[in-house]
Amino acid sequence: MQALSTASSELPICLDGVSVDIGGTAILRNVSLSIAHGAPTVLIGPNGSGKTTLLRAAMGLVRPVSGVISWGGRIDVPPLRRALVFQRPLMLRRSVADNLRYALAVAGVPAARRDARVAQLLELVGLSELAERPAPRLSGGERQRLALARALAREPDVLFLDEPTASLDPAATQGIEELVRTVSARGVKLVMATHDLGEAARLAGDVVLLHKGAVVESGPVAQVLHNPVTEGARRFIAGQLLL
Amino acid sequence: MNSCRTKTGRLGLLLGVALVAMSAVAAEDRSIVVASTTSTQDSGLFGYLLPRVQARTGITVKVVAQGTGQALETARRGDADVVFVHDVEAEERFVAEGHGLARHPVMYNDFVLVGPAADPAGVRGKDIVRALQAIRQGMFPFVSRGDRSGTNQAELRLWKAAGMDVNPAVDRWYRAVGQGMGPALNIAVASDAYVLSDRATWISFRNKNGFVVLVQGDSRLFNQYSLILVNPAKHPDTKAALGQKFIDFLLSPEGQRDIASYQLEGQQLFHPNAGPGSR
Amino acid sequence: MTGGESALGLVFSGDPALFAIVRLSLAVSLGATLLAAVVGAPLGAMIALSRFRGRQAIVVALNALMGLPPVVIGLAVYLLLSRSGPLGSLGLLFTPAAMVVTQTILVLPIIAALTRQIVEDLWLEYRDELAAMGVGPLRRVRTLLWDARFSLVTALLAGFGRAAAEVGSIIIVGGNIEGFTRTMTTTIALETSKGNLPLAMGLGMILLFIVLAVNVAAWGVKQFGTRFEH
Repeated sequence: MQALSTASSELPICLDGVSVDIGGTAILRNVSLSIAHGAPTVLIGPNGSGKTTLLRAAMGLVRPVSGVISWGGRIDVPPLRRALVFQRPLMLRRSVADNLRYALAVAGVPAARRDARVAQLLELVGLSELAERPAPRLSGGERQRLALARALAREPDVLFLDEPTASLDPAATQGIEELVRTVSARGVKLVMATHDLGEAARLAGDVVLLHKGAVVESGPVAQVLHNPVTEGARRFIAGQLLL
Repeated sequence: MNSCRTKTGRLGLLLGVALVAMSAVAAEDRSIVVASTTSTQDSGLFGYLLPRVQARTGITVKVVAQGTGQALETARRGDADVVFVHDVEAEERFVAEGHGLARHPVMYNDFVLVGPAADPAGVRGKDIVRALQAIRQGMFPFVSRGDRSGTNQAELRLWKAAGMDVNPAVDRWYRAVGQGMGPALNIAVASDAYVLSDRATWISFRNKNGFVVLVQGDSRLFNQYSLILVNPAKHPDTKAALGQKFIDFLLSPEGQRDIASYQLEGQQLFHPNAGPGSR
Repeated sequence: MTGGESALGLVFSGDPALFAIVRLSLAVSLGATLLAAVVGAPLGAMIALSRFRGRQAIVVALNALMGLPPVVIGLAVYLLLSRSGPLGSLGLLFTPAAMVVTQTILVLPIIAALTRQIVEDLWLEYRDELAAMGVGPLRRVRTLLWDARFSLVTALLAGFGRAAAEVGSIIIVGGNIEGFTRTMTTTIALETSKGNLPLAMGLGMILLFIVLAVNVAAWGVKQFGTRFEH
């Protein structure tokens, strides 16, 4: 699998009037959104607002019932250069290093190069000392780091993260956020969902506020968080429940 | 990473191929399949005889021990090279059908009627027909093999000779078990029933539990064993040459001596009678 | 001398006939279990991971096949391998190979059905992540089989148990020939029918011991595997 050396073919990701149904219930309603190169895009909103589903749709895991999703102007692009880190990432029942080797194998990296890449990635996410530990034995923060390393094994252009720090303590959260910054600095586009407005403030370039499957407001972080335009956004930022 | 799965797979495949190969190789060397009766096996005769056959002729004999009826059926399917059974009528039919070349009488023993030492039907003696009549009249429990074996056919002929009809469905004292001599004896001993057995199996039977031989010596209890080579014209895969060699050995003076020399508990079990003049 | 003493006496005196019987029993049962695993485990996994019309019927049929009456299989294999049967020219009747074939047929549905269940349960956990990673169907099967390896030991054990216990069908296809196709179970049947109950019981104890040992080994393997559980 050759890496495309030209500008990323995944971006921009354009959702055009996208609606997604799951089990008969409308989760996303008529969402139009553009995700472009640059600083991380952060999705915020209450539980059930559709953040996870939006990430999955942008990842290409869910087909919309109406509307079009395109990647770099093309539709139906297989997720070769995209990766998704789930909220509770699956740990394969093997060692940490073997989890990474697996991801590299799936990504088509030749066997001879895998060991070197594994060492690099473990170093990047700070798991070098735990290389031989059975992955299911990792703590929450360590799991997120492994999942991140697995995702990066594919050298993605776009990395989706679904509430990576939701169940972590502050120390672990800080570790993940630093990692996120590092990865973003390397040129990987990040699209991240979070509960934590502070985290959005710390990490985002652009913020998208979702409520009941629709975009309430989107724009640069400073604007949405400090000078929201819409009533809904203002109430959400103020800490009120959106019903 | 998936090496364990593939290793298991390779191992399993290897084992399977090895077993097939082993069987194929074994089929090429000097072995024959002899379909015989449970009485010849259970009495220990084959255990005694076959090593001698191997030593003298180099033939490895694989004995499949079934009832006479099943043994002849196996041979009809071409799955055996030689039959070694004891039911004259069935054997003659087998040869007449073209499945076997000829009957070669090889040895005989006799049947005995065994039962509880107390002998409630009072059959003790030398007259088998009178004994069967007494059992039927008194409706004393009687176990029959009921499996188309040579012993079973002999038993049915004796009932006919006694002028009696037995119907397992109606005569509850008559129990047809559909199994070999060993299980039939087990069942008879456990339910205090009379049973007709070949002497050899009875002597070697380990679970007598107080049962004794009650009727013996009647000429009608004579039990002839014969060898038949399966007809290679009808079953081309038959190992005719080796099979004939096996038969020739058992019919030879040396083979006949070996049969006679087999003893269990100090008794000679089988009497060689190959050659002209035997039935 | 009781059966236990006489059987154990044979073991300690290194009776070659007894060892040959035990060796054959293990070879046939283990061989059949491994063959059935090689075919049945991937089959079960593939059924677990695929969606097609009639799949539910296949799952039900597979579960039902676990209850195949062994003696019927024995008869069917006998008719197939008999010289007058379609596969007669293979010359496999009354050989250990025929016994392996019969037992493999018996054990295959067990391993396939149990594997299907195990893999399907694991798939619920794995589906999202593997889809996100873009893992293809063939690799999915391999991944799940490997990650479920310790649970699959249980399935293999169930298959082995069934194979080791089998008597009737292997007498039919093997002929219970002394020195060639006699296993522990068929010898026990034979000695019992000869009224030689003490010896039969002694052999039974040895068989029980072997089955117990295999179970303990499998338990050990599963214990080792828990280090990979949450």
